[in-house]
Amino acid sequence: MNEAWIIVLKRDLLLAFRRRSDVATTLFFFLIVSSLFPLGIGPEAAVLSSIAPGVLWVAALLAGMISLTRLFAADFADGSLEQMLIAPQPLALLVLAKILAHWIVCGLPVVLLAPLIGLQYALPNESLLVLVWSLLLGTPALSLIGAIGAALTLGVRGSGLLVALLVLPLYIPVLIFGAGAVAASQHGMSAQAHLSLLAACSILALVLAPLATAAALRISVE
Amino acid sequence: MKINWFKYSSPQTFYPLAGKMIPWFAWLATILAIAGLYISFVIAPTDFQQGEAYRIIFVHVPAAWMSMVIYIVMAAWAGLGLALNARLSAMMAQALAPTGAIFTLLALVTGSLWGKPMWGAWWVWDARLTSELILLFLYLGFIALQSSIDDPRRADRAGALLALVGVVNVPIIYFSVKWWNTLHQGSSINMGAAPKMAATMLLGMLLMALAFWMYTVAVGLMRVRCIMLERERSADWVKALSLGAK
Amino acid sequence: MLTAQGLACLRGDRLLFKNVAFELSAGGLMYVLGENGSGKSSLLRLLCGLLTPEEGAVFWNGQAIGQDAELYQTDLTYIGHLNGLKDDLTALENLQFGARLAGNVVDNVAALKALTAIGVARCANLPVGVLSQGQKRRVALARLWLTRSKLWILDEPFAALDTASVEVLAAQLSAHMVNGGMTIITTHQDVAIQAQSTQTLRLSA
Repeated sequence: MNEAWIIVLKRDLLLAFRRRSDVATTLFFFLIVSSLFPLGIGPEAAVLSSIAPGVLWVAALLAGMISLTRLFAADFADGSLEQMLIAPQPLALLVLAKILAHWIVCGLPVVLLAPLIGLQYALPNESLLVLVWSLLLGTPALSLIGAIGAALTLGVRGSGLLVALLVLPLYIPVLIFGAGAVAASQHGMSAQAHLSLLAACSILALVLAPLATAAALRISVE
Repeated sequence: MKINWFKYSSPQTFYPLAGKMIPWFAWLATILAIAGLYISFVIAPTDFQQGEAYRIIFVHVPAAWMSMVIYIVMAAWAGLGLALNARLSAMMAQALAPTGAIFTLLALVTGSLWGKPMWGAWWVWDARLTSELILLFLYLGFIALQSSIDDPRRADRAGALLALVGVVNVPIIYFSVKWWNTLHQGSSINMGAAPKMAATMLLGMLLMALAFWMYTVAVGLMRVRCIMLERERSADWVKALSLGAK
Repeated sequence: MLTAQGLACLRGDRLLFKNVAFELSAGGLMYVLGENGSGKSSLLRLLCGLLTPEEGAVFWNGQAIGQDAELYQTDLTYIGHLNGLKDDLTALENLQFGARLAGNVVDNVAALKALTAIGVARCANLPVGVLSQGQKRRVALARLWLTRSKLWILDEPFAALDTASVEVLAAQLSAHMVNGGMTIITTHQDVAIQAQSTQTLRLSA
């Protein structure tokens, strides 16, 4: 298996493994943000479980976003990105590999940790399951859309804040469908429609975002 | 007669042309606005449910229309600039963004002014108002990205790509917000439930929309002229222009 | 054969150069000279297709380089002033990743041989982050012993190298040209490189 995109995926996972603390930062961020709300609002289980879908999804969204700036920045600074741009490989595919690695490293741990925090928010079991499903289907879209923003702001001053400004409005549909799915299950309704829409968002992003990101990288590296 | 469009796509020839067009559009905007305001505030009948307060829709609705139209036009210019590597198109996109953002803001402010007497709150999470708010974020993102990149060519192209991504997302965002709204609030609060339109009211709104449109063109051309001078300050034609003015 | 016609490059609102044209045929070596800020690096990046020229075009064997980018990129090795190495990977891992990205499979033995050739074999299993500037540069340049591409574009390859390494590298470049390869190079040092034909392109602001 010497396909270039697999090589890129392996390399990025290896790099993340050698810098494990970076991965932990994202996870701790998610943990801390979602623990702040009960402290600000009060420990009443009914209130907490009613805000849980929104709070957990917003926390996941922010955690994904703060790690975005790292997606291309290191490769840009040390020249690896240039080499990828002039490699005889389809750039969109290499970009997709990088996004996939980013999702495995930053998205997947959040998905796995979420039910634990859901318990703290007094979510019932079936809602916990829906929460995991919604995050599993929705977080890939976050990484994919976020990559466009990360690529556009590469090397720009204040890029961390700028990425938030560009990317957060685009995250809104994913937030609505994701939090909506959990809320629906809390009210005893089927979350099917929400989950299907989330999957649709992710598939659309999967098709378009790598191309847009590749174009953005070419613009930014000029 | 065949018009040589490419001739007008160079800043040097477009600059004086734009200068000649601005007064026309400005006058048109003024005349249309006076007519539109006269119809809206004097001729249009008082609404039997909402009284005089409803008259704000003569500003609110056209502003909301324009905010969306300008975003699409801006993205079209930006896309054209990206595809053809045309400097002027990118400058047009850059020139339109602030006007679009201002109309969005106007739609939001007038919406909340209308909301106070209608629902007793300055802000309600109505689907249209929420979509306008998100549209404002999209405009601000575009402006922020363009202004934080120093190299004008990169700024143009990065902004263009963002505008195109935004245009793909706007319908999705709009749909998702509508869906969210119906789930959470039912249809009890809905800006769409405007008073039944009388023909005069529709005419007033259309005139106001046209006035806004002409205003957008005039202001867009003015801004694009400024951008041209700034970008091309080292070009011969700009130097000749500034010498001639002295 | 690499052909450039009427190239112009604009950075910000400053025109770096215009009307740059040349032709480089098999076995040819071209020096790009000019003062700091005259656009040498920009020209090299432009020839790689990383930068789009304001005017003009670059052709590889008669075809614009954007036409069939993958074909051109297979024939191209570019080492810019950034090394393109990951600090957290070892020298060997870096070399192998770079080669695979360029479409060659390189085993440990071949990669080690390349590192030995340029005298950094003892750093093979160290993370690149702990190496000195000169050692990092040499690890980056070791790619030249592994690549099979015809066109090499090198931005200041001799900077930060000691005399022995300079000679080794010059010999490798000469061998490349003897085999019908082409090299475009910027350098401040006077190094003897053999080539079937040598030309100089001087950029002036």
